Amino acid sequence: MKKAKKRDVWSLVSLLILATYALFLIYPLVKLLLASFMKDGQFTTQYFVKFFSNPYYGKTLGNSFKLSIASTIVSLVLGTPLAYFFNMYKIKGRTLLQIIIILCCMSAPFIGAYAWVQLRGNNGVITRFIAQIIGHKPPSIYGFRGIVIVLSLQLFPLVYMLVSGALKNVDNSLLEASENMGITGVSRFFKVVIPLCMPTILAAALLVFMRAFADYGTPLLIGQGYQTFPVIIYNEYFGETGTDHNFAAAVAVVAIIITAVIFLIQKWASNRFEFHMNALHPIEQKKAKGLTNVLIHLYSYVIIGLAFMPQVYVMYCSFRKTSGKIFVPGYGLGSYQKVARDLPLAIRNTFVIGILALAAVVLLAILIAYLVVRRKSRLNDTIDTASMIPYIIPGSVVGIALVIGFNQKPLVLTGTMFIMVVALCIRRIPYTIRSSVAILQQIPITVEEAAISLGCSKMQAFFKATVPMMRSGVLSGAILSWVTIITELATGVILFNRNTVTLTLAIYTQVTRGSDGPAAALATVLNLLTITSLLIFMKVSKNKEITF
Amino acid sequence: MSVNIKVKNAVKKYGDNTVIPDLSVDIREGEFFTLLGPSGCGKTTLLRMIAGFNSIEGGDIYFNDKRINDLDPAKRNIGMVFQNYAIFPHLSVRDNVAFGLKQRKLDKATIREQTDKFMKLMHIDEFADRMPERLSGGQQQRVALARALVIQPDVLLMDEPLSNLDAKLRVEMRAVIKEIQHTVGITTVYVTHDQEEAMAVSDRIAVMNLGEIQQIGSPKTLYQRPANLFVSSFIGRTNILQGKLEMNGETPELVLEGGYRVPMENVQEKYRYDAPVQVSVRPEEFVISPDGEGVRAVIDDSVFLGLNTHYFVTTAEGVKAEIVQESLIDSILPAGMAVTLQVKREKINVLTEDGSDNILTGVLNDKQEG
Repeated sequence: MKKAKKRDVWSLVSLLILATYALFLIYPLVKLLLASFMKDGQFTTQYFVKFFSNPYYGKTLGNSFKLSIASTIVSLVLGTPLAYFFNMYKIKGRTLLQIIIILCCMSAPFIGAYAWVQLRGNNGVITRFIAQIIGHKPPSIYGFRGIVIVLSLQLFPLVYMLVSGALKNVDNSLLEASENMGITGVSRFFKVVIPLCMPTILAAALLVFMRAFADYGTPLLIGQGYQTFPVIIYNEYFGETGTDHNFAAAVAVVAIIITAVIFLIQKWASNRFEFHMNALHPIEQKKAKGLTNVLIHLYSYVIIGLAFMPQVYVMYCSFRKTSGKIFVPGYGLGSYQKVARDLPLAIRNTFVIGILALAAVVLLAILIAYLVVRRKSRLNDTIDTASMIPYIIPGSVVGIALVIGFNQKPLVLTGTMFIMVVALCIRRIPYTIRSSVAILQQIPITVEEAAISLGCSKMQAFFKATVPMMRSGVLSGAILSWVTIITELATGVILFNRNTVTLTLAIYTQVTRGSDGPAAALATVLNLLTITSLLIFMKVSKNKEITF
Repeated sequence: MSVNIKVKNAVKKYGDNTVIPDLSVDIREGEFFTLLGPSGCGKTTLLRMIAGFNSIEGGDIYFNDKRINDLDPAKRNIGMVFQNYAIFPHLSVRDNVAFGLKQRKLDKATIREQTDKFMKLMHIDEFADRMPERLSGGQQQRVALARALVIQPDVLLMDEPLSNLDAKLRVEMRAVIKEIQHTVGITTVYVTHDQEEAMAVSDRIAVMNLGEIQQIGSPKTLYQRPANLFVSSFIGRTNILQGKLEMNGETPELVLEGGYRVPMENVQEKYRYDAPVQVSVRPEEFVISPDGEGVRAVIDDSVFLGLNTHYFVTTAEGVKAEIVQESLIDSILPAGMAVTLQVKREKINVLTEDGSDNILTGVLNDKQEG
């Protein structure tokens, strides 16, 4: 059958997928790399020399690192105990709180930043309130501190969800055993629970770090001069002194190298902690006693409340009256009327681009997962590796690579909807593949063999037996992908134009123009869309588990 | 229509690792044939080669006169039952059973009729509209069997179908399997590592070890006249004693520990010379006497199991042995008691010193050489 294997349908699928990757991922990246080393057809290192010799860029790099590390630590510190409390103890209003947590990390990151500026900016509601009480202005939210607060409140829900997932696999008997040996309470949290969740905590740390490092909207809105890497890439690309693609490319290459190194370090670290758990008896939530109970509830409500506050505030603002660009007392639907003209196009684009991207991502992910799990070969290993590349590439870099790759003949795609679809596919696919692979690994291959022995061809067996079994898992993954797709900013901001503007990009445009009312109105529409999607997800996914 | 299966010089390699070096076997039309061996012996590999899920690196496999090496698994017309049942979880019991018929594009009435027939045969008709997750393991196995048989395959292949069931259900299901195989009369290849299960269901058994067939024969043959040391210890329990074969004139005599001599009339001609041997004595092939000629031993412990009583003894030279005796109405022999052991000479087996061959006559082995 070795010969037969080379000939069958799946080999064709492998080749097609590989070709797709080569065209839409490898080719733009190679062009990016070339652009960073080429000037007028000559090899040059001048862009890298410029980057490393100018202390301004070095400082920005340092800023990005400081801020990503700080955000990661704060997110872990906030999210891990929250996951522990939610899984160990009975919390009042659990379901609602969980929905809010998911909502927080699903909403577009920069909306949070924007709302925080409204609340705690120089003229923010809370700032004024505090000033009235203490008699002088409280410390500014802008700069490093603000970015870390906003990013951490945005990203700790990720930690919460991943660690919660890990805790669900911890067998209750492990906790009982440690209790037997006299380790309880806080010391059990540090000596037993944390080590058991270590692989997940490391994975969460990587995810948070990558997101913080690549985040573009937050530092832009709340940084006020605190420059970070993605902002530089963007500025160099659309610089006031004329666009400098080559230098932007060089900065992008540096960014990729950094994220790749971080990725490898994390891999190395998590390999040292790798073990698998499967709980026969999952932890049962108990009611905490007395003061502990109060503190646990207080902690949970305050943290989740803080994370959710910006969203609520934005929705509230959308109904306030505006005059010009500022809010005035009173309420109305004026902001909605202002955006009514742009809204249909933005919503249509959001749906068209989102659905196309989602369909492509799901189809590719299922096929690739199948090839990787069931058809191990060198070719498919290559696909597996290629599919993980986008994991380490910041969104803005994906955007720039695509522009550099497809802005000239033979293939001009810039300005089209298609290139936005491609960008979103590239961004989402590693996550969807990982979750599809996990689902497929749970499905015994014998089911497929049974179908074949009953007369199915290989393709029929795949679509009649395997795909239906993957369906519920893939569907719930798809809804999450959908939410991240409609809230994606980093790539879109480089690739979009008037005709391909989406809701998220429309909000961004309004925010940069300083039109707070319309921005809030659009953000509310987007939030409603997100909430609806999540509610559908809750309905569809039987186990109510969210994975990334 | 049933077929006979011929495997000729089959070779299976995973990379450089040869799992089956050279295996030949003839499986007769309509028989219940079992591949038995410890895990890793290549039995499932061979089954999957017949099914078409494993590639064949050398040799040929025939169904009747048709070479099937390169035939797509879907076209071999086999029914297969898997260790984990491989029931489609998204289809009802009826749809699971009907899956293969629908695939064959039969008309609706025939599908309905055949599906009903086999569900009835397997006593699962009352669950027809249930989803599989609401079935017990035994019921799922019945669905798997019905699904495999309804397509009227030429061959039924079963890969450790009972290993996921509990002990009681396992015994029940092997009766069901044996009965249904008998009713349908289909050539069946069955894989298991459980020798008792193999003996209960099979017409013939091939005992495998390290990718090679050791012996093929009926359960009775394998138990009573194992071809070598591996078969004798894998099928049932046995005690292995060291001894010598000595010619006393024309009569070969087995000399056991302490000079206990047992005349053996049934030694093959070619082995009638003085040589060290290994002796396989099953627990029920010992006779315990208070004294007289025999191997001297001391009783260490006993276990009363109702029908039988097991004794654990140590001989004078320190060899440990297990003995089974029908329980007697008088008291059990106490630990520490000195006894003499005799062997039932017509039942015991004498093997060459390296254990590779049984030197007695009457060993039947359908295994093909080369």
